Amino acid sequence: MRLTYPPSLKIIRVPCTGKVDIIHVLRAFEKGADGVAVVGCLEGDCHFLTGNLRARKRVEQAQKILDTIGVGGNRVKMFNLSSGEGPRFAQYAQEIYETIMELGPSPIKQPRHKKAA
Amino acid sequence: MNIIANSEIETLEGEQGNFRVSVAHKPRFIDPLTCTGCGNCASHCPVAAVDTYNKGLQYRKATYIDYPQAIPLSFAIDQEACIGCGLCEKMCLAGAVKYEDQPSTTEIRVGSVILCPGSEEYNPGDLDHLSYGIHSNVVTSAEFERILSASGPYFGNLTRPYDRQEPKKIAWLQCVGSRDINRSKNSYCSSVCCMYAIKEAMIAKEHAHSDMDCAIFNMDIRTFGKDFEKYYNRAKDQEGVRFIKSRVHSVVPIQDSGDLALQYFDESGELREEIFDLVVLSVGLQIQPSTIDLAHKLGLELNASNFARTGTFSPVETSRPGIFVSGVFQGPKDIPESVTEASAAACAAGAPLSGARHTETRSVDLPEEQDISNEDLRIGVFVCNCGINIAGGVDTKAVTAYASELPGVAFAGINLFTCSEDSQNNMKAIIKEKRLNRVVVASCSPKTHEPIFMDTLEACGLNKYLFEMANIRNQNSWVHGGAFDAATQKAKELVRMAVSRSATLSPLHEKQIPVNKRSVVVGGGLAGMTAALGLAEQGFECVLLEKEAALGGLARRLHAAIDGTDVQAGLKDLILRVENHPKIQVLTQSLVVNFSGFKGNFTTEVLVGPGMYERKIEHGAIILATGAQEYRPEEYLYGRDERVCTQLELTDRLEQSGARDLKNVVMIQCVGSRNEDNPNCSRICCQSAVKNALHIKEQNPEATVSILYRDIRMYGLLEDYYTLARQKGVLFFRYTPEDPPRVEATAEALKVSFDDPVLGRRLQADSDLLVLSAGMRAQDTEELASVLKAPRNEEGYFLEAHVKLRPVEMSTEGMYVCGTAHSPKLIGEAVAQAKAAASRAISLLSQPYLTLSAVTASVDSDKCAACLICVRSCPHGIPRINDQGVSEIDEAMCHGCGICASECPAKAIKLNWYEDEQLMCKIDALLEEAV
Repeated sequence: MRLTYPPSLKIIRVPCTGKVDIIHVLRAFEKGADGVAVVGCLEGDCHFLTGNLRARKRVEQAQKILDTIGVGGNRVKMFNLSSGEGPRFAQYAQEIYETIMELGPSPIKQPRHKKAA
Repeated sequence: MNIIANSEIETLEGEQGNFRVSVAHKPRFIDPLTCTGCGNCASHCPVAAVDTYNKGLQYRKATYIDYPQAIPLSFAIDQEACIGCGLCEKMCLAGAVKYEDQPSTTEIRVGSVILCPGSEEYNPGDLDHLSYGIHSNVVTSAEFERILSASGPYFGNLTRPYDRQEPKKIAWLQCVGSRDINRSKNSYCSSVCCMYAIKEAMIAKEHAHSDMDCAIFNMDIRTFGKDFEKYYNRAKDQEGVRFIKSRVHSVVPIQDSGDLALQYFDESGELREEIFDLVVLSVGLQIQPSTIDLAHKLGLELNASNFARTGTFSPVETSRPGIFVSGVFQGPKDIPESVTEASAAACAAGAPLSGARHTETRSVDLPEEQDISNEDLRIGVFVCNCGINIAGGVDTKAVTAYASELPGVAFAGINLFTCSEDSQNNMKAIIKEKRLNRVVVASCSPKTHEPIFMDTLEACGLNKYLFEMANIRNQNSWVHGGAFDAATQKAKELVRMAVSRSATLSPLHEKQIPVNKRSVVVGGGLAGMTAALGLAEQGFECVLLEKEAALGGLARRLHAAIDGTDVQAGLKDLILRVENHPKIQVLTQSLVVNFSGFKGNFTTEVLVGPGMYERKIEHGAIILATGAQEYRPEEYLYGRDERVCTQLELTDRLEQSGARDLKNVVMIQCVGSRNEDNPNCSRICCQSAVKNALHIKEQNPEATVSILYRDIRMYGLLEDYYTLARQKGVLFFRYTPEDPPRVEATAEALKVSFDDPVLGRRLQADSDLLVLSAGMRAQDTEELASVLKAPRNEEGYFLEAHVKLRPVEMSTEGMYVCGTAHSPKLIGEAVAQAKAAASRAISLLSQPYLTLSAVTASVDSDKCAACLICVRSCPHGIPRINDQGVSEIDEAMCHGCGICASECPAKAIKLNWYEDEQLMCKIDALLEEAV
């Protein structure tokens, strides 16, 4: 379908969102990511039955931690879609991109920038 | 498997076991072996042709791929539309376009032939009263299916063709080209339309942005499949889909508005009119003329409606030995039944050929795997131009130059098409010459191309898991709208991530385990025996367990099938063949008490015979065929008045004492089905009632037979018997569950009273025999299910792994289900499913050994605290605490999702190929300079 979405999204492949660990999400923020999207199957349609439900819980947990440390929980979000839904993927990609653009760069990156200045 | 697309059978000579098939290949004008599916030709093609896949709702090019999942995934030229401009030939960098392509013929020799030519949708163009083809807002159900699809003409936005507005009121008209001998000549029911109409209504409601009114105009709602009735109830009671009992008289466009007026008579006979925004015609299935020609050419018998003639006990065998059939060509059916029947046909077709198994198998000789454990990193990066698919959106030269500077990279090069054969050979030479020990390909999707490149590694003696892909096409050059610099930058980052991951990879080995060739079949009824024979006839040993003292199951109580087939004769023959087959061992009066192991290697413990002696059976597969029984009614004075009986009891009576003494027979449908206790339809009872009613009428034409029903579910070709019954004078009265018939016993007669919605008054029938169409109930398998850990639905029927695509497999691999243990079904359907189960089991058992995935989880026992989190979180229940007190995951059973690895608080579990380090290094590489 070749629908357009912003190039600032890069995809890391996992066998199931159930494999996405909270440390993976937090590591991305630690290293300076501005946002993370976890994209899994539709709820109730997980190839491994419950992987996406566990991922959702972990994303919620990550959101709390990010809120607590002041990075902002809304920088990470879970999306669910089926593999036949190209347009929806593009729509979600645009959505998270716009959310992050509104929030601006992650505060984790700021101290270093200040120093450099 | 050799797939020959775009071809037809020209002639077929010979006999079972030795056919010569002459295959006519139509020109495709693009060589599928050279075509990489890049799409450059289509993007330059100047022609707009009608998109037949999207039902003419949009245009495509003259060079095209029918749909994204097509096999082979290569382009073709639509000769009808092509103007011969030559642009695609010039644009194709792979040189795949062949204008001079000619039709050709090849001959192949085969032992059996399976026909699955499918069907076409009925074309409602002839029905002028429905305005199809006159107004664009009257669409067929197949067109509406495309309108709803995310990959369809409107990208899944629910809009109507006329003005692209979202409809607020949609009507479905059932039985268009089905159950209609007046206009369409299709007397049969198409079986699938009620269910798809409900599905379409539900999805339309889901897609709608505001309230949507969905109305389905029908004669009967035929949701007879497994758990279908629950879906119907949900549509009706929770989602508010309206079901109107009427066949619509006319659809009249209302000038300029795009709306349509539906005129119909309601049940009381009053003419009504209602206006809808969109009308969907639920078109039926019919056999294409080309299939009829093929059948004549092959000398196959067809029935009056042009479906292949098959038998009750031989549902997939055509009239010509060695030629088998599956899918709608056998009779109208839905996806799960077509999938089941396809496996059944494979079983039947394989039986006469089992001696030739593995004689035509081709194998590849692979060099010995080289040990790289002491080598330094030597990563090779192959960047793909994919014609101009990548090169047009990304500066691949810059990416390659960038890659060559990355740590560990010993080689970086560029290919026009990395997947083409010459590039593959070139790649092999480079891997050897540069002594590469990790390979990264930056090209397209691993979903389609990873296996190809992994094979390339193996051919060079490299472990195939030392491979990583960077998707710089589907996830980059194709989707960033020509932002060249940004896409080039992203491609560099994706390559950097892939290179960094490749450095962390180590060889993984797929373990091979032996397969025990023996099977266990639980249940010695029709399905169980058929499954056992299916296995035995292909040379696989089988132990058939029956809890009763004799084989036969529920079929012992049946006399004739609706088509007149003698069930007892068929059953006797089956029992004889089972008992005399040297590969089948029958254990009657047996009880399964213990079950362990995994696919290919199970152990079942059984208590056998009156002495309950213990048997331990080692086997590779298990088939559940535990069957069902007739419900014992509590309704309508059953058991309290001897003039009340069930359909099965009536069958016995008609066999023993005939119907001469019967004057008035009343039958009540849906007793113990479609109610709160058992919400599902029992599927077979309408057929039993009509069968027995015809039997009565045959023996005693003077007798009055009245059938009180809710919906008559004479699906598929059974519809013809319903028509016949009405012709013979059997009376049908509809009742609603809110107002069921009332039965009163007097000395002279049983007085049955009910409201007739058509006459609008209460009727009373005095009957000397009241027959209850008691539904089916699954056998009590609670204990068995708990021993086998086999899931069942609320009504006690075993649950298949996937309701549509894996209808005979259970979620435990190596375990299969068939017959009425799965859901109520007729004899032919049970036989087909039994053969299907045998076929699926054989595809497991015929392998010399099983190759297990290397992507499995394993536990570091030093770190494990036996906290049980993995045991609880595994969706398949695989981890267990072993005798050393730590968690252990059987790699033969692990599905490789990685849930346990993420949940483990001690990080004692790793998932091979997706270890934490192997994922986090990608995050680190991506964000190298971000902070």
